[in-house]
Amino acid sequence: MSPAGPARRRGALAAFGRHPGAVAGSAILVAVVAAALLAPLLYPASPWRMVQRPFVPPFTLERVPLGTDALGRDIAAGLMHGASVSLVVGLVSTLAALVIGVPLGALAGYLGGRVDDALMRFTELFQTVPSFALAIVLVAILQPSLSSMILAIALVSWPPVTRLVRGEVLSLRSREYVQAAIVTGQTTFTILRREVLPNTLSPIVVLASLMVATAILLESSLSFLGLGDPNRMSWGFMVGAGRTVIRQAWWITAFPGVVILLTVLALNLIGEGLNDALNPRLARER
Amino acid sequence: MGLFIARRIGKGVVVLLAIVVLNFFLIRLAPGDPALVMAGEAGAADEVFVAQLREKFALDQPLPRQLASYVRNIVGLDLGYSVRQQMPVATLIGDRLPATLLLTGTAFLISLALGVLFGALAARRAGSLADTAITGVALLFYATPLFWVSLMAIIVFSVRLDWLPSFGFETVGAGYAGLARAADIAHHLVLPAMTLGLFFMAVYVRMTRASMLEVMGLDFVKTARAKGLAEGVIQRRHVLRNALLPVVTLAGLQAGTLVGGAVLTETVFAWPGIGRLMYEALLQRDYNLLLGVFVVSSGMVLVFNLVTDVVYRVVDPRIEAAR
Amino acid sequence: MDAAPDARRTAVAVRDLRLALPEGGDRAYAVDGVSFDLVAGEILCLVGESGSGKSMCAHALMGLLPKAVRPAGGTIRLGDLDLAAQDEAGWRDTRGRRIAMIFQEPMTALNPLMRIGDQMAEMFEAHGLLTPRARRARVLALAEEVGLPEPGRIVRAYPHQLSGGQRQRAMIAMALALEPAILVADEPTTALDVTTQAQILGLIRALQARRNMAVLFITHDFGVVAEIADRVMVLRHGRVVEAGTAAAVLGRPQAAYTKALLAAVPSMDPPPRTPPGGLKAVEVAGLEKTYVTGGGWWRKPRRVEAARDVAFALHRGETLGLVGESGSGKSSVARLVMRLIEPDRGTVRLGDTDLTRLRGEALRRARSRIQMVFQDPFASLNPRRKVGRIIADGPMAHGVAEAEAMARARRLVDLVGLDAGALDRFPHEFSGGQRQRIGIARALALEPEVLVADEAVSALDVSVQAQVLALLEDLKQRLGLSMLFITHDLRVAAQICDRIAVMRRGEIVELKSAAGLFADPEHPYTRALLDAVPGRPRRAA
Repeated sequence: MSPAGPARRRGALAAFGRHPGAVAGSAILVAVVAAALLAPLLYPASPWRMVQRPFVPPFTLERVPLGTDALGRDIAAGLMHGASVSLVVGLVSTLAALVIGVPLGALAGYLGGRVDDALMRFTELFQTVPSFALAIVLVAILQPSLSSMILAIALVSWPPVTRLVRGEVLSLRSREYVQAAIVTGQTTFTILRREVLPNTLSPIVVLASLMVATAILLESSLSFLGLGDPNRMSWGFMVGAGRTVIRQAWWITAFPGVVILLTVLALNLIGEGLNDALNPRLARER
Repeated sequence: MGLFIARRIGKGVVVLLAIVVLNFFLIRLAPGDPALVMAGEAGAADEVFVAQLREKFALDQPLPRQLASYVRNIVGLDLGYSVRQQMPVATLIGDRLPATLLLTGTAFLISLALGVLFGALAARRAGSLADTAITGVALLFYATPLFWVSLMAIIVFSVRLDWLPSFGFETVGAGYAGLARAADIAHHLVLPAMTLGLFFMAVYVRMTRASMLEVMGLDFVKTARAKGLAEGVIQRRHVLRNALLPVVTLAGLQAGTLVGGAVLTETVFAWPGIGRLMYEALLQRDYNLLLGVFVVSSGMVLVFNLVTDVVYRVVDPRIEAAR
Repeated sequence: MDAAPDARRTAVAVRDLRLALPEGGDRAYAVDGVSFDLVAGEILCLVGESGSGKSMCAHALMGLLPKAVRPAGGTIRLGDLDLAAQDEAGWRDTRGRRIAMIFQEPMTALNPLMRIGDQMAEMFEAHGLLTPRARRARVLALAEEVGLPEPGRIVRAYPHQLSGGQRQRAMIAMALALEPAILVADEPTTALDVTTQAQILGLIRALQARRNMAVLFITHDFGVVAEIADRVMVLRHGRVVEAGTAAAVLGRPQAAYTKALLAAVPSMDPPPRTPPGGLKAVEVAGLEKTYVTGGGWWRKPRRVEAARDVAFALHRGETLGLVGESGSGKSSVARLVMRLIEPDRGTVRLGDTDLTRLRGEALRRARSRIQMVFQDPFASLNPRRKVGRIIADGPMAHGVAEAEAMARARRLVDLVGLDAGALDRFPHEFSGGQRQRIGIARALALEPEVLVADEAVSALDVSVQAQVLALLEDLKQRLGLSMLFITHDLRVAAQICDRIAVMRRGEIVELKSAAGLFADPEHPYTRALLDAVPGRPRRAA
């Protein structure tokens, strides 16, 4: 009996604010977004350009505070410019995965029977396939670019959405207040809009925030393997580029990695905060 | 149980066939002539070879015919020929598979054992400093890019401390045999297996902890208390055993991620498995090899899922009734 | 309270027990100054409605209080030991060996992954008694003693392979293993069907007499009290309202609260009614529904027959009861009548309309004529909508203008006994009984001819239940409704129904007037059902 009414809703924001991890995560995320927005202003030149001699260690030259890489490129500039790729890929691929996953899950859950069976088998297939391997194959075949990366990540990350939405819709469909709406003669569309969907929203929001984190990890892994957009600087690419010279210049790989770690951590913390704020029942179990 | 395994194998075969069909369409997704795509950049120059491919996969026939012949070839374990490596794809993969199985198997066992252990410890002392520390570290591992933590491990444990070798499967040219060779391989295995396992350990820590806390609130735990059982027995026999069920399910679902993660680990550590083979195929745009590895790694996941399903059935007596 | 404890026979003496609730709740103490004695060979029933603190008393006796509840005074004397003052090691020694407990839900109270016999043997293991071999022998003997069939087989079974009654027997066997002087039973039959309940009550009574145990029996059901209690204590808001022998408390209650509670228990004698004949509001014929679950490749599906050739008529102005135990198909029939699930065969006629033939828009429009009140007052209202909208949604879906629909909602909340302020509040701000009134208002908002009430009062405390039943009866009379009333509770059925249909495994085995059914049940199953109702005057053989 979790009182999940809008009276609680107002408390949800406060609950999120009381979650120290969520606040820290939000702060980091704001910083990353700011970096992506400010990159063209602070570093108007291309991050691919050589600005100094190669292998300048960090904290030695004021002009390149984080040092340079093997080709004399400014690492700080790379980090700033790389933020936008991670954010765009993370957000857009998650949205795309939701666009695939939510309708499939809602359909399977609401219609049940054969449709459900067929859709779930299909989902299972995509869940069995090693997702990173499939993403590699997709990007390799479609040729590396921002859009092929987004497509590949979306195609491997929708199954959990489908399963979640299906489960929620299935359980809501047999809920007595949905049955009450049916017997009072409301249309299916109204029932979905008024009774079912608002009550599935919070788990979807939580899942989506965690999916953005996973998508950023996938994006950086693909870029690390050289499957990123060749025209865009990205964190994963920077780690990959520094890999061969890791014995001489640890900072080339260390900084982008830390930035990826912090961004993914921030999104996970936000996800946990949202979960605690929106699903009071789960919060108590944690 | 025999019937159940037969059933699950049957289902696995169907899924594998579906993956092969998916593969077929993936090739057609690539821009250009599928025969040239299959031949790869190196083979495309060889017109005789391309013509052979065209005939073998019926590429000048209508699509359904092409599909049928493609599936027939794969089912016959003929994964094609890698021009670049001058070897059949099946042989290439066969040579590399044991190293991958060793790596993923070790990483899986380590991550599961440590994950359950620390998850149980955290749940036992929920809210304490130890709990905060364990969940904090788990969250950190959960967010760490696999390829990066591998590189950092190399810097720390190979470059600075010089404790462990940073790449390879064994010491080349050392001529070890028997136990000495096994020890050498194990020595090389430590870093890749540990780094690959970290993420999954974090996953199992979180799952075990949440699951234990949930089970602790169930009625039968109260019954166990009402018997006067000691707390340790209650935790082990009643709480942990029930809490492990969702962890087993999760382990099955994570199999795909584990096999995918091996691509990164093997690439960084130059571990001669199919993950590294995939990376090589990628660099050389050797699509036939790439798709071959993809099919085989999917097959690995299926076998793994079969094992977790059987384990689940052994642990949970209720399944029989539910079927 | 009782006089000074009789030192020879008193097993446990509880004095001034006080249990503190976390701060910020609606009251400071879950249990406040409660004293009682448990005497060897006697059953003390603790009775009360939800929130009375009765279950807390039971848990305090086992040292198994929830973390949030804190002991704040009083003693629990067992011999020369004060249980309230002992540490966890002391409690571990006491539990099971000197005091044993059985719980409400026998399914969840057993570990699903352990064999029944192993769970029973744990009792000896916990206290370091007997060898494994001797334990197995004792476990078999215990299974035999509590009447488990084929003890040799059943101790090797897992909980899910047993029926509800067998599970509770296993729990009882476990509790008896170490021959404790005291047994605490917390609503042990509430989750069971009425016929199983009768058997378990008989078993507890017999074992208690044979072993001369002191029993603390927690229940909300006065029927059960009448069946089993030697002495009774009535609790309300954590305080003792009245205590005494069963005959005294049930026969000559002193406190006003006890009197009100007893008056609220529906009697087994149906009041005289004249069943209305004439026009049929609903006519059901040849209704069939089989659920098939599982199935698939090489797998045999499971079939559950929820309705087998079900036929009945509901006359205008009549209340027809549909009674049966869990799994009898009564709720499925209600949902079939409502077209919430599709029948395999058969028809449901609403007046002159064949409801089973309607599709899409026509069905949606016809739905306003037959409305439903649901069982769970917490699950049946959308937590995110205001009560006013919940009630007005129905009429608006049928084309009533918003202002008119809201005005109707205002009249209806008044009609069901709530004030107009309720319209702007959310469901979670209401109690269970109030929510059920809102559910009734929602059903009435469409001005239906027929009301289907599915276990509409089962989740409510007895005093609230009486009020909601009275409301339904009153509304039915005033608005000229016909009602299909689904319940597992024969007492409730006796009070509100004109005619009653008894269902078992999807079939109606007997259908006749309420008075006729209770006076002269024909079908053996009906007779068994009536005999099992706790606390009824025994029928002359």
